[in-house]
Amino acid sequence: MFAALRNWFDERFDWDNLIAPLRHKTVPTHRLSYWYFLGGITLFLFGIQVATGILLLLYYRPGANEAFESVQYIMTQVKFGWLIRSIHSWSANLMIFTAFAHMFSVLFLKAYRKPRELTWVSGMLLLFLVMGFGFSGYLLPWNTLAFFATKVGTEITGQVPIMGKPMMIFLRGGEEVTGATLTRFFGFHVAVLPGLATVLLLLHLLLVQRLGMSVPPKLEVQWTVNPSARREMTFFPNFLLREMMAWYLALGVLGVLAAVFPWNLGVKADPFVPAPAGIKPEWYFLFMFQTLKLIPSKVWFIDGEVLGVLAFGLVGLVWLLLPFFESDQPSHMKQWITGLAVFALAYVAGMSVYGHFAK
Amino acid sequence: MTVDPLSEPAQARRRTIKVFLGSGLLASFASFIYPVLRYLIPPPVADLGGDEIVASKLSELKPNSAKIFRFGSHPGLLIMNSDGTYRALSATCTHLGCTVQYRSDLRQIWCACHNGIYDLNGRNVSGPPPRPLAVFDVHLRGDEIVVSRKREA
Repeated sequence: MFAALRNWFDERFDWDNLIAPLRHKTVPTHRLSYWYFLGGITLFLFGIQVATGILLLLYYRPGANEAFESVQYIMTQVKFGWLIRSIHSWSANLMIFTAFAHMFSVLFLKAYRKPRELTWVSGMLLLFLVMGFGFSGYLLPWNTLAFFATKVGTEITGQVPIMGKPMMIFLRGGEEVTGATLTRFFGFHVAVLPGLATVLLLLHLLLVQRLGMSVPPKLEVQWTVNPSARREMTFFPNFLLREMMAWYLALGVLGVLAAVFPWNLGVKADPFVPAPAGIKPEWYFLFMFQTLKLIPSKVWFIDGEVLGVLAFGLVGLVWLLLPFFESDQPSHMKQWITGLAVFALAYVAGMSVYGHFAK
Repeated sequence: MTVDPLSEPAQARRRTIKVFLGSGLLASFASFIYPVLRYLIPPPVADLGGDEIVASKLSELKPNSAKIFRFGSHPGLLIMNSDGTYRALSATCTHLGCTVQYRSDLRQIWCACHNGIYDLNGRNVSGPPPRPLAVFDVHLRGDEIVVSRKREA
C-alpha cells in the first residue's frame, strides 16, 4: 500500500530524487554536537506556539472591554483553557530562551562564518521577530502590567530621532495606549509576525539544509589535516530520532511548568491608576530595562533615553552583521568576536539578574 | 544567441521609452503606497477634556493623600498637603509615560516604572525623568475642587 503510493508520487514528481539530499544529509559528531539540538528545540516550541495560539484564537476577543474578560473566560470556564494559555505563555518564554541560547551557541562555535553569513542574518531577524511576538503578545490579556509595559516600550520607540514619533503613533494607533493599540498588537501578533516568521523560517531552514552543519574551526582544521578522524551520523533517521527525544523532553518540561506554575492573569488594565510598585518587563527585556534605568537623564547634551535607544540600535545592527567582520580562514578566527560574545553574554546575564533583584 | 546591436537613434529611442515607462511605473506605485501609509497613521482624536475639570469633592481627600483624576484623556494627580492646601499636576511621568503616584511617606511624587522622583512642585528631583511635571491651577468652587490648565503668560 505504502509502496504503491510512493510509486505513484515517484512517477509524477521524481520523488526519490527530490528527497535524495535529505537522505545524504549528515551531522558531524564531536563533543560539542549537543549544541546542534537548540535550533530544533526552538523550532519545536514555535510549533507549539502556532498550535496553542490557534486554540486560544477560538475564544479570545481583542478590544479594551473584552480582552481581559475573554482570557478570564478561557482560564476559568473553558475546559483545559488554563492549561492551553499556560502552555502558550510558558512555551513563549522557553522559546525566547532557547532562541537566545541557539544564537550564543552559534556565536561560540563560530558557525556563522563563511559560507553561513545569511543563515546568521536570517536567524537574527527571526530572533528580533520572536521578541516582537513576545512584546505584542504580552499586551493581549490587557492587564495592568501589560498596559504599562506597552506604554514604556512604545514610548522608547518614540525616543528615536525623527522617525520615532510617527512610529510610536503607528504602533499605538494614536497618541496614547488604548483599545486601538490592543487591536493593532493583535493584528501584528496573529497575522503580520506569523507571516514574516514563516517566510524567514523557511529561508533559514533551506539555508541550513543547503549548507549543512558547521564544524567548529579548530576541529575543521584537524579534520582537514587528518580526514580519517572525521565522524558523522546520518540526519535521517539517526539525528532526527535524537532530536525528537529532545523534543519529547522539552514537551515534558513544558507540561510540568504549565501545570505546576500556571500563568497569572493579573488585574485588568486601567489607564487612570498609577503604575504599581515593583513593575518590571518580562525577563528578556530586563537587561535593556536595567540599562535604561542606570543611564542618567542627561548625558552631555543628549537625553539619556535617546542615547540608550541609539546605543541598543547600533549594537543590534553590529550583531546582525557580525559574520561579515569574521575571517574566511578557520585557522585565523578573530579573537575579538569571541571576546565580544563573552562580554555580551555576561552583560545580558548580569544585567538581567541585577534588574531582577534591584528595587 | 546573438542580438543585433541597435543603431544609435534606436538606442536613444529606447532610453526615452525607459525613462517614461519607469517614471510612470514609479508614479503609479507611489499612488498605491501613499494611501496605505496614510491609512497606517490614525486620525487625530480631539481632546474633549477642555481646560477645566472637577477633579474631586472636598470630602474625598484627607490631608497628606492624593488621587488620580481624568483630565481629558490624560491622568492628573491631585494632592492634599498636610496643611490642607491642594496641588494638581500631570500624572504622566516625563520619562517614559507611566502614571506616577503620591508617596505619603516621602511627601514626594514617585514613578514606579523606573524609580523617578519629583517634589511637590513637580520638579524632577532624582532618577531618570528629564523634565518636570506640568502643574495645574487649583481652585475651590463650593464643595468641588476645580483643576484648570495654567494660562500661558
